[in-house]
Amino acid sequence: MIQLRGISKTFEDGRTVLRDISTDFHQGNTNLIIGQSGSGKTVLMKCIVGLFTPSHGQVLYDGRDFVTMNKRERTMLRREMGMIFQSAALFDSMSVLENVMFPLDMFSFDSYKERRRRAQYCLDRVNLQDAGDKFPGEISGGMQKRVAIARAIALNPKYLFCDEPNSGLDPKTSLVIDELIHSITKEYGMTTIINTHDMNSVMGIGEHILYIYQGENAWEGTKDEVIHSDNERLNSFIFASDLFRKVKEVNK
Amino acid sequence: MFIQSYLTALGKYLQLMGRVFSVPERFRVFWKQYLKEMTQLGVDSIGIVLLISFFIGAVICIQIKLNIQSAWMPNWTSGYVTREIFLLEFSSSIMCLILSGKVGSNIASEIGTMRVTQQIDALEIMGVNSASFLILPKIAGLMTMIPILVIFSTISGFLGAYATAYVAHIITPAHLTEGLQHDFNVWFFWMGVIKSFFFAFIIASVSSYYGYRVEGGSFEVGKASTDAVVASSMLILFSDIFLTNILS
Repeated sequence: MIQLRGISKTFEDGRTVLRDISTDFHQGNTNLIIGQSGSGKTVLMKCIVGLFTPSHGQVLYDGRDFVTMNKRERTMLRREMGMIFQSAALFDSMSVLENVMFPLDMFSFDSYKERRRRAQYCLDRVNLQDAGDKFPGEISGGMQKRVAIARAIALNPKYLFCDEPNSGLDPKTSLVIDELIHSITKEYGMTTIINTHDMNSVMGIGEHILYIYQGENAWEGTKDEVIHSDNERLNSFIFASDLFRKVKEVNK
Repeated sequence: MFIQSYLTALGKYLQLMGRVFSVPERFRVFWKQYLKEMTQLGVDSIGIVLLISFFIGAVICIQIKLNIQSAWMPNWTSGYVTREIFLLEFSSSIMCLILSGKVGSNIASEIGTMRVTQQIDALEIMGVNSASFLILPKIAGLMTMIPILVIFSTISGFLGAYATAYVAHIITPAHLTEGLQHDFNVWFFWMGVIKSFFFAFIIASVSSYYGYRVEGGSFEVGKASTDAVVASSMLILFSDIFLTNILS
């Protein structure tokens, strides 16, 4: 479980992007952080994974405060994390198989044969059995995201972070990625946090949704509670499109 | 304000170097990266080093023979001056200046692109010391390959000089050989090699610094690449004065 306690972030130029955010992200759930562009959800994600240090507050990983940890403890905790970036962030100079093997090469004491077998298993898990020899530039955006998922799960992480995993993908591929993240979360019992503004993801896999508005925790709930929420800010964000307005009307 | 910004940059550079010079997490991965960088930064530069040195060797020999050497000078003057220019300055300092353009921009743009495409963030999240993982093999690889490039440059320069003798008949091969062998001081060779070690460190570390601190997109990567070449060239020129003074 990941717990946020009073997270605030003010940058050096005086801009306050996050204000007193507290919430719990439970293990085995797909937790979504949603909000408009510029609402602070990416900064919040970066504070959670330690790319930014919060100005105030605690980030607790199963009770361990990431903010006050020393460098060595942080490094050890990071090995329990997997992350899927918006751009997939695959290493261009490595093949797909080498990308997936990379965390194993760095941190596993297994033999080369074992590491390769594990990497191939992860590629099989994301349905990319035959893509191992290809390079990131030779595969589609959806495939790159799946490789990123395979790399993220290579070390059996306890925590999975996804920064806008559906960005730049068509609706069908987005669904495949959502389903994959959801099933892997259940299979590995991970605490998964997804940063998104894709409403299909919210309605599809949002077991716990945190809505950020101007850097504040504006609403929390499940995908079913979203439909029936009276929160005006949330409704104006979620049901901005005609399609989702009709979904809400049908469900009333 | 001007001095403050330079001191801030120096402080950030030293902080980065502090992170770079840590024990690699996995030596098998470091070794793989090290070999890759030796190929990419060193072996791939051999062609341009040979080509430039060959022509400059020929041109220096022609210039000295036709424009400087006179009847009252010994016949070996052209060969002697060509040798001293190559050993003392060209193969180390000028060649490293040229390499700072090729290798420096390559390093800055590669690391800068990794920064803007979040590949460095991905390394950090995995718990990898990205500075050490990316930069240390580049510094080690270039410092390993530089003496070889210096030797190749010197040999190629001499071959260029011989080309003026055998092909253009501007100087006799015997006079050129006599000049190349005249009063040879082996320390001059080592001086060039020692200087090139420092220059290799400057090229790899300064270019990596500029690439590593990129924020933004492709425009910033391009700017970092240019800044890296300018800064490393300036530092090579300044340090050349001090190193020449110390080593002479």
